[in-house]
Amino acid sequence: MKNRKNQERDTIRLTVNDVLQEFEIGDQRYQVAACDTLAKTLRETLGLSGTKVGCNQGACGSCTVLLDGIPILSCMTLTVECDGKQITTIEGLADPATGELDEIQQTFIDGTAFQCGFCTPGIIMASRALLNRNSLPTETDIKDALSGHFCRCISHYQVVEALQTITEKKKK
Amino acid sequence: MKFAKDYRFIGKATPRKDAVDIVTGKAEYIDDLELPRMLHGKVLRSPYPHALIKNINTTGAEKFRGVKAVLTHKNVPQWRTGTPRHVRILDKKLRFVGDAVALVAAETAQMAKAALDLIEVTYEQLPAVYDVAEAIKSDAPQLYDEFPGNLIPLDIPVFGPQTLSSVKLGDVEKGLGASDYIAEGTGSYENIPNPLPLEPPGVIAEWSGPNSLTVWSATQSASWHRFIMLSKMGFPDIRTISTQCGGSFGSKNYSAQPMLYAAALAKATGRPVKVCFSKEEHFGAFALRLGSRFCGKVGIKKDGTVMAVQGEWLVDTGAFSDMAQAQVAVGLGELQLMLRCANWDIKSKLVCTNRNASGIVRGFGGQELESALLPILTQALEQGNIDPVAFFKQNYVKPGEGYYWRDGNRWVSRSKDYSKAFERGAQTFGWNDKWKGWLKPTSVKEAKRVGVGVSVHGNADVGEDVSEAYVRLNPDATVTIHACVAEPGMGQRSSLCKMVAETLKLPLERVNMTPPDSLINPFDFGLVGSRGTYAVGSAVISAAEDAKEKLFKMAEDVLEAAPHDLDSKDGMVFVKGTPDKGVPWRSVIGLMQTCTGFGRFEPDYSLPNFIAMFVEIEVDTETGKLDLLRVVTATDVGQIIDPPSLAGQLHGAIGSAGIDTAIFEESVLDTSNGHIMNLNMMDYKWRSFTELPRFENEILETPIQTHRFKAIGVGEVSTSPGPSAVLMAASNAVGIRLEGYPLTPDKILRALGKINP
Repeated sequence: MKNRKNQERDTIRLTVNDVLQEFEIGDQRYQVAACDTLAKTLRETLGLSGTKVGCNQGACGSCTVLLDGIPILSCMTLTVECDGKQITTIEGLADPATGELDEIQQTFIDGTAFQCGFCTPGIIMASRALLNRNSLPTETDIKDALSGHFCRCISHYQVVEALQTITEKKKK
Repeated sequence: MKFAKDYRFIGKATPRKDAVDIVTGKAEYIDDLELPRMLHGKVLRSPYPHALIKNINTTGAEKFRGVKAVLTHKNVPQWRTGTPRHVRILDKKLRFVGDAVALVAAETAQMAKAALDLIEVTYEQLPAVYDVAEAIKSDAPQLYDEFPGNLIPLDIPVFGPQTLSSVKLGDVEKGLGASDYIAEGTGSYENIPNPLPLEPPGVIAEWSGPNSLTVWSATQSASWHRFIMLSKMGFPDIRTISTQCGGSFGSKNYSAQPMLYAAALAKATGRPVKVCFSKEEHFGAFALRLGSRFCGKVGIKKDGTVMAVQGEWLVDTGAFSDMAQAQVAVGLGELQLMLRCANWDIKSKLVCTNRNASGIVRGFGGQELESALLPILTQALEQGNIDPVAFFKQNYVKPGEGYYWRDGNRWVSRSKDYSKAFERGAQTFGWNDKWKGWLKPTSVKEAKRVGVGVSVHGNADVGEDVSEAYVRLNPDATVTIHACVAEPGMGQRSSLCKMVAETLKLPLERVNMTPPDSLINPFDFGLVGSRGTYAVGSAVISAAEDAKEKLFKMAEDVLEAAPHDLDSKDGMVFVKGTPDKGVPWRSVIGLMQTCTGFGRFEPDYSLPNFIAMFVEIEVDTETGKLDLLRVVTATDVGQIIDPPSLAGQLHGAIGSAGIDTAIFEESVLDTSNGHIMNLNMMDYKWRSFTELPRFENEILETPIQTHRFKAIGVGEVSTSPGPSAVLMAASNAVGIRLEGYPLTPDKILRALGKINP
């Protein structure tokens, strides 16, 4: 019965890019509805539009964010399920104090590892998760980790190359 | 002669100007943009391929919470798209599954969507037609009263009074009579793939007065929402602003339907309205590739000379098309660039059918025509046992030779010799070792058979249409380029900054561009046909040179020297040879003033570019699966502007309905009910990171007479040779002439006799 009470709470809390956010449950613009996806909450309620929605069907990877460090599809995740969790989006990768970009962001700039850039935030978030769990990924590891990400311009070769330069640097 | 090593930026990899915004999520795409008081528009769509609306009741939807307007064919503005203008924004008649029935604007997208369910419609279903040959029969269902036989007029002056819709030259009967080998048949490229940029199309429209419309949108060509749509909407003053564009590949040059829906709803509500298509709508109610069927003959001589090309090209637009006549014109031109021949007789027919409309897709007519015709041509090469690399090298249009281009005029190529590039590609690929003859595999290992193929494509649109630009020198030694150029992924905005920085000898970070906005920029035709490098490049370079000339004229008195004796570097003006005795721009221009130059590019269709593509594939004869192992492209770009951007454009051959339309990409149309069955990214197949072929680009840099950097673009052409090259390679691998795109396992196994027809 304890749980029941918990489920009836009318607010949820999630930490987005190290900032604690508390939302009422409801269908007003500033609230979170039970049917709201995390992608919608991030983009429309919090204004974090760096997370892109390509297909909204969980098939293209562009909405990927980190949930407690694990890459997830934010268009297929309900915000209410994220109560108590840590979310990291593309806006949260750079060092908040110095503004220094994440090494992946920098290597994507250096190697022009994008064309239209719409898939880039999702690919960078998935790459961050990969490097967090495997600091020296092989080419195959990289391709496997990104296999759910659709890039129509075909920047794949430059993405893989850019990520490999990070590995190469670390080996040295 | 200047080479890349002499340049500061040209030919060197420099970070894209928008790189930081892209990797940090700050880049603003259309669906990221929110305007005050903005409403959201949604579309009710037809469940039937061909039907009449007998009755429509919108009362329930109008009363729904948050709804501000509901529009149907009864109360929508009388704007018309299509070429010629025949497509109403909403019509009583519906012509494909997904055709628009009604529009709703509401406070939120969710409310608008929910209100769609409350619109009551009674339909009268009509028989539908999906096949071009069926559609032109006398008893076929008719889509438009004004187009009997479902034939859309081709004699529309899209490129002037002589717009190309057929090719007639010499005497084909004579040519066929003198041929040693004649191939005849029907080739079909009708899998209507989707260019499928990741970002679906979207538009925000707002009326600032009864005749003043502003549209924000994701576009490839920033000014098209103004100049293409003006005449379709009764000439309002349209200001068009392009956001960052999440891919286009032709399809988002402009988004006529989303724009008209947003503009109509904005007019009805007096508020800005956003219409962003869902992925399903993107698949089912936006631009597909044209369907292409060629029925005819090709004759060649033993020595590889093409003697005659004769036939009929049936082009399927689906329910309508704005640009099909243009694509037919360019496609016919491109075929002539690839096949030098003295005797031509090709006629075209433009046919509408009851499926989602075709739009603009990279390859623009040429890919469609060549993918249908090459399987016939190759039969003649097979008869003569002629090596296709030698054939293509022999038969592309050489400098000094002529071709009819899209305007119907005969142009003489002043391009360059591409045979060296083709040879280099063949060498890198190892063609001579891998080519074993027609219908012969390169290697066989148990069930796995490897084969190779090649194709060539050319395009003379690199100098199409007009570009204008201003280049403004600011007193703080920065430069602003005013040119109406969007950023859909080519990196062209950054490349233009490089050209101007190089011309004015300024650090690249000091050169920036105005946003792609038709109000604040002069006219630019857009990023189509690979024209960014030559056409837009020429305009900004001329503007920069003009500004520099004016600056030197202004500096005449300050430095007491003639303008032609002056030079400028890093924001200092000085007498040539004495850079240490210079004065800053601000001393010449004045602290509160600017110095602006103007540049204009006039159309030039005399510089065709070419690309060859070599592919190696493996077919598993047990499973029928076709794997793309290796791709080599070979071209000559004169001078590379930005190496990673160029590589990206060439790698793009895999995406945007290119090579993979021969392997697995297709929109699967159920002809029993008119529904496309794979309207999502699970069922519509695409290539993932784990399935990448080895991909190499052989890029030569032979200077070409374009502008001061001697460069020419190739973005448009990279997808086009892919499909026919794969078909050739797969046929060679299995030893049987395969037909039909894409070569899915069922087609291959059927050809091998392993499953029943």
